[in-house]
Amino acid sequence: MAERIVFKNVEAPNSRELETYRARGGYRALEKALKEIKPDDLIDIVKRSGLRGRGGAGFPAGLKWSFVPKESKLPKYLCCNADESEPGTFKDRVIIEKDPHLLLEGITLTCYAIGIHTAYIYIRGEMVFGARVLEQAIAEAQRAGFLGNNILGSDFHLEIYVHRGAGAYICGEETALMESLEGKRGEPRVKPPFPATRGLFGGPTVINNVETLANIPDIVLKGPEWFAAIGTEKSTGTRVFCVSGHVNRPGTYELPMGVTARDLIYEHAGGIRGGRPLKAFIPGGSSVPFLTAEHLDVKLDFESVAQAGSLLGSAGFIVMDDTTCMVWAALNLCHFYEHESCGQCTPCREGTRWMSVVLERIEHGRGRQQDLDLLLDVCSNIRGQTLCPFGDAALTPVESTVKLFRSEYESHIQGKGCPFAP
Amino acid sequence: MLSPAGMEKFQQLLKRYPNKQAALLPTLHLVQSEVGYVSKEAIDFVAGLLALSPTYVHSVASFYTMFYKEKMGKYVIQVCRTLPCALCGSRKILEYLKGKLGIEVGETTPDGKFSLVTVECLASCGTAPVIQINDDYYEGLNLEKVDRILEQLSRE
Repeated sequence: MAERIVFKNVEAPNSRELETYRARGGYRALEKALKEIKPDDLIDIVKRSGLRGRGGAGFPAGLKWSFVPKESKLPKYLCCNADESEPGTFKDRVIIEKDPHLLLEGITLTCYAIGIHTAYIYIRGEMVFGARVLEQAIAEAQRAGFLGNNILGSDFHLEIYVHRGAGAYICGEETALMESLEGKRGEPRVKPPFPATRGLFGGPTVINNVETLANIPDIVLKGPEWFAAIGTEKSTGTRVFCVSGHVNRPGTYELPMGVTARDLIYEHAGGIRGGRPLKAFIPGGSSVPFLTAEHLDVKLDFESVAQAGSLLGSAGFIVMDDTTCMVWAALNLCHFYEHESCGQCTPCREGTRWMSVVLERIEHGRGRQQDLDLLLDVCSNIRGQTLCPFGDAALTPVESTVKLFRSEYESHIQGKGCPFAP
Repeated sequence: MLSPAGMEKFQQLLKRYPNKQAALLPTLHLVQSEVGYVSKEAIDFVAGLLALSPTYVHSVASFYTMFYKEKMGKYVIQVCRTLPCALCGSRKILEYLKGKLGIEVGETTPDGKFSLVTVECLASCGTAPVIQINDDYYEGLNLEKVDRILEQLSRE
C-alpha cells in the first residue's frame, strides 16, 4: 500500500484519543519544532516541501504563510477551514472525526511558524459530532500541555477554538468564512486587501484547509525532501481522493498525486457499478468541469488535470455511468448553486436562477433550440463578473455539459423530453 | 429564555472572541438547541445579550439555513438532494419518506413528531444516500433502513 500521511492513523482503534495518537508518534513533530526549529525555518521547510492547499485552489502553503507580516499591531489569526461543503468532497470529516490530534498538531505547528496565538476551526454546522470530537481533543491536548500557555515548556502559547457554521456553502470561501466568524452574513469581501494583511477582526490571517494542515506534522518530522519525493514534481505529496457516485467501492483513498483516473476508478474504487460503461466524471468537486471516458488516463495532479480541461480542486471525484442524464446532472448542480449563492453579486444571483429555469425546461421537454446558446451566454455573463470564485464555479457544470454533451441536450429539445429513465 | 446552564455556556462562549458580535452564530445555535427554533422573541433576546439590533440579528440568522424560522417537528429529517446522493437513489428515499409520513417537503406531521426538508451536500458522499436527523447522520440508506429508523424514532 502507498504511504499514507493524513490518513495514517484513521483505522487505528481509538484513533481519536490522545494516548493513541502519542503512541503512534503524535506530537513528536511539535516537540522537535519547539526545540530545534526557528519559526522562519519552519516556513522555509513547508515551502521546500511544495505542499499546496488541499481546499481547492492549490496555492502553495508556505508561500501563503510568508505573506503574513512578522510584526503586527493587531493580533494575527489562523482559521482552519473545516467548512467542507463542496459536493463530492468528504475527506476533512474523516480527519476531524478519526484523527483530531493530527489536525491540532498541524494547526499548532502552523501557528508557531507564523507567530499566531489564536486559531479558530470553522467547522460546518451540520458536523455536530465532528465539532464535539474536536472540543474533546482540544481539552485533552490542553491538559497534556500541547496547547495553552508555555506549550511543552517553551514560551509559545496558543488557544484553539471550534466555531460552528450554520449551513452556508459560501462560508468555505475564505473571506466569507471570516465574515461569518465575525458574526455576520457570509458574504465574501472585496479583495484586496488580502487576508494575510487584513483578515479576521482586521488582523493578518492565514486560512488553511484541514487536509493541508494535517500534512504539516509529517513534513516537519520527515523533512521536506521526503514529502517532495511523493507525487509529481509540482504536485507533491498525497491527496485524499473522495470517490462517489456509480462505483462499486465509493470512499476516501489517500494516494500519491499523479495516480491516473483509471486506476482510481477501476483499481481502488472497484470499477463502475454493474460493469456499466463510464460516461462522465468530475475530478475536483462540483465546481470543476466534467471529463469523459477519453480522459481516463489523465494523471490526477494539479497540472495534468488542468491540461485536460478541468481542475483537481478538492479531489471530490464524482463518477457517472451511461444511465446518467447530463442535463439532469447539470440541473441538479445548478439548483445547488442557485440555493447557495449569497446574493451579493447580480450576475451570480440572477444567473444561477435563470440557468435553472432554462435547464428545467430543457429537461422537461419544453426546451428551445436557442436555449443552448442562451445558456452559454448566461455563463459568459457570470464569468469574471463576481467578487468571489463562486460565480465561475456555478457556471461550470452547465457550460461543461453543454460543450461535452451538446447532442444530448439537443435530443432533449427535439424529442421534447428526457430520454433517460428518472 | 436560556436555562441557567445555557447562560453559563453563553458566558464561556464570549471568552473565545475579541468582541461580542463574533459570538452571534454560536449564541443562535445555543438558543435554537434549547428553544427549537429562532423565534422573534429569540432574536430580541440574542440582540439584547450581544448588544446588537434585532434587525441585524434577523439579517444574519436568515442568511443561514440551519437556523429555523418556525417551530419544527421533534425530529427534523434532512434529505441530501445534491448530485452524489442523487446518483445513488436519494430521490427514492425522499419519495418514500413523503409517502410514509404523509407530508410534503417543508411540512411537519400533525402530531409534531417529524419535519421533512431537503438539504444540500452533507459531505458524506461516499456513503450516499445520506440523511441527517437533528444532529445525527444516517448513511448508506435503503428503504428498509429508513423503515427501521422511522420505527425507532416513532417509539421514542
